[in-house]
Amino acid sequence: MQQVSGSSQVVIPVPKKKKQPPLAWVGQGFFILLGIVVAVILISNLIRQPTLFAQFFISGLQLGFVYAMIALGYTMVYGIVKLINFAHGDVFMVGAFVSYFAVARFRLHQWPLAVFPEISPGLGVVIGSLTVILLSMVICSALAITIERVAYKPLRDAPRIAALITAIGVSFFLEYFGALNFVFSPRFIPYERPFEVVAWYIKDGIHLIKPGEAPPDGAITFSNILVIIIVASILVQIFLQFLVKRTKIGIAMRASSYDKPAARLMGINVDSVISFTFAIGAAFAGLGGVLYAIAYSSIWTQLGILPGLKAFVAAVLGGIGSIPGAFVGALIMGQAEAMTMGYISTPMRDAVAFTILIIVLLIRPTGIFGEPEKEKV
Amino acid sequence: MRFVKFFSLLIVAALILSACAQGGSTGGQQQELKVAILAPLSGPVPTFGVSTRDGALMAIDEWNAKGGVLGMKIVPIVEDSQCTPDPAVNAANKVIDQDGVKFIIGEVCSKASIPVSEIANSKGVIQISPTSTNEQVTVDANGNVKPYIFRACFIDPFQGYVGAKFAYEQLGAKTAFVMLDQANDYVKGLATEFAKNFEMMGGKVVGTESYTATDTDFSVILGKIAEAKPDVVYLPDYYNIVNLVAKQAKEKGINVPFIGGDGWDSPDLDLAAAAGGYFTNHYSPDDPRPEVVNFLKAYGEKYKDESGNPKVPDALAALAYDAANVLLQAINDAGTTDTAKVKEILEKINFKGVSGNITFDANHNPIKSAALLAVKPDGVKFETIVNP
Repeated sequence: MQQVSGSSQVVIPVPKKKKQPPLAWVGQGFFILLGIVVAVILISNLIRQPTLFAQFFISGLQLGFVYAMIALGYTMVYGIVKLINFAHGDVFMVGAFVSYFAVARFRLHQWPLAVFPEISPGLGVVIGSLTVILLSMVICSALAITIERVAYKPLRDAPRIAALITAIGVSFFLEYFGALNFVFSPRFIPYERPFEVVAWYIKDGIHLIKPGEAPPDGAITFSNILVIIIVASILVQIFLQFLVKRTKIGIAMRASSYDKPAARLMGINVDSVISFTFAIGAAFAGLGGVLYAIAYSSIWTQLGILPGLKAFVAAVLGGIGSIPGAFVGALIMGQAEAMTMGYISTPMRDAVAFTILIIVLLIRPTGIFGEPEKEKV
Repeated sequence: MRFVKFFSLLIVAALILSACAQGGSTGGQQQELKVAILAPLSGPVPTFGVSTRDGALMAIDEWNAKGGVLGMKIVPIVEDSQCTPDPAVNAANKVIDQDGVKFIIGEVCSKASIPVSEIANSKGVIQISPTSTNEQVTVDANGNVKPYIFRACFIDPFQGYVGAKFAYEQLGAKTAFVMLDQANDYVKGLATEFAKNFEMMGGKVVGTESYTATDTDFSVILGKIAEAKPDVVYLPDYYNIVNLVAKQAKEKGINVPFIGGDGWDSPDLDLAAAAGGYFTNHYSPDDPRPEVVNFLKAYGEKYKDESGNPKVPDALAALAYDAANVLLQAINDAGTTDTAKVKEILEKINFKGVSGNITFDANHNPIKSAALLAVKPDGVKFETIVNP
């Protein structure tokens, strides 16, 4: 499986001892120096203020796992149709808004308690929140299938750049159509959470932070939403691995990814496989959108742009088309952002995120997991 | 097509009629004092325009009820200036050249007030803007004050000073942490002025962190705040950022009071999250001073909302009311409508207004008290008045 001739993914071998252009060592030396400087800054701060470092690390984990959920959609869609679906970040936004309307307008998160008043409130909240999340995921999937059918499928045989530009158009459409007053409105909307956020601090064991109470010095705080995001993201990852490797539809996805005409000859309905891929990616983006909105509790129609772009960078960093690559890339992006915010300054976070994209494209365009992967979907 | 023709005919007819009507009144009595009110009754901020017009008209009616100024009846001329430079300039030219107005109250928006101030100043017409906060309204590009232009509101950086004074003197804060959006002039102005004054008073700014307007994750900055343990955090941004930061701070167990500026003043402010915070504003309807109580009562009697309940004046109405009053008081004190004399009186005036005591500094910006409001879970409450 190392040489996949039918795949249209261009594998650029990293030149090792071949003739290098003159002065190539200047560039390499620069990147090595940059790496050393970053490592020195991080390690010295870790030794100096370990709690603060741990706190930044936790912020980075939360961001990273959210990016991971979005990046999966980018990488799967790229793997199968070679399209960078820029509307993906806006599907993420729609997920957040669907859950907002479900919770704030229709009180969907309270249905178990309304229907079965006897069940314990805790269980009711869990089931209610899961319903809200599922609804968001289903609506996002439906939206993504619609987008794919309306905007991308007619362009499947067109040059790839046409589909890419269409993707950008769809992205803008979702943002600015959503900003209309009768859709989502252009305002920043305070998000009502389906469940309460509870925070704990770690110092001599894990303790609950009561409202109005400050954690002691040197404590590391984290919240239930962090735990939920990490668990959800890992479950999604395991589910996808299972889906792609063990199920029929997974095999069909891999086959379509390697060689569409051959897959068709084998009796695979490639169009529905592509739709399914969009739907799965969008469902995870919807899940990410709900969890992101719960974590940061303010939504507006352009909320998806930056997380979407950063998840895209994460997918490229990990090796676009590779599922574990998207996951690892997203975690690295989360840490890079948190550490930039912590040790350089907050407005630099976006600059650093996109600098990483440039560096990856310069020194290893195939990304970390860039070698053709077996489960490249 | 026929419709369009009909409408244009109608508009032309209306224009001719209105021109005639005004021509008629210009030639008439001598015993009238014309005051123009330039308010954005249409355009992006029509509610600002209505409040401004109503506030100014109420002041004029009160003076007329007392017999006018210097025995003259005050005639208001209201023009819609749309919060936009072009219509504002046209309106200013119209009232000055055609109606012979020598006193203008307006505009609301800085970008419209600045071009109007150029015209008014060059023609020796006194202009008082009730609410334009940009420094360029009263000062030209070379830093020279425009002699005929004044304003009734404090300029942005003043709120930073008031916030610092409140934090240091009333909350007893010794250390402060400043959060700001570097790309927003309003936020930057307030934050810089807060830091400068807080340090001058003897406090210490233990940290300054900037973010961008689209940020949603403030956990790292809040981690630094938890580490720095300041007595107060100064966050002079708009309510949407405040909502995010305050909520995330509460969840991290950071119970330091947040202080901000009038950008917090919004029905969308998350009261539960921002509770415990304070912000500066031009005026508060809960202020117990008699000027405010009387103003509130009179305004509510004069203006009703759609359901017939008395309207509660907002800061714009209060400032327009003050602007009109301070102008008429100055004309009264000068004993003449000669604008050169009136501006000298204005420069030395000490006027007790609804939004505080007004005296003007060398740049014609009022030196006056600011209202400090406390955010409580059930609403925004008046806390105190901070004098400069």
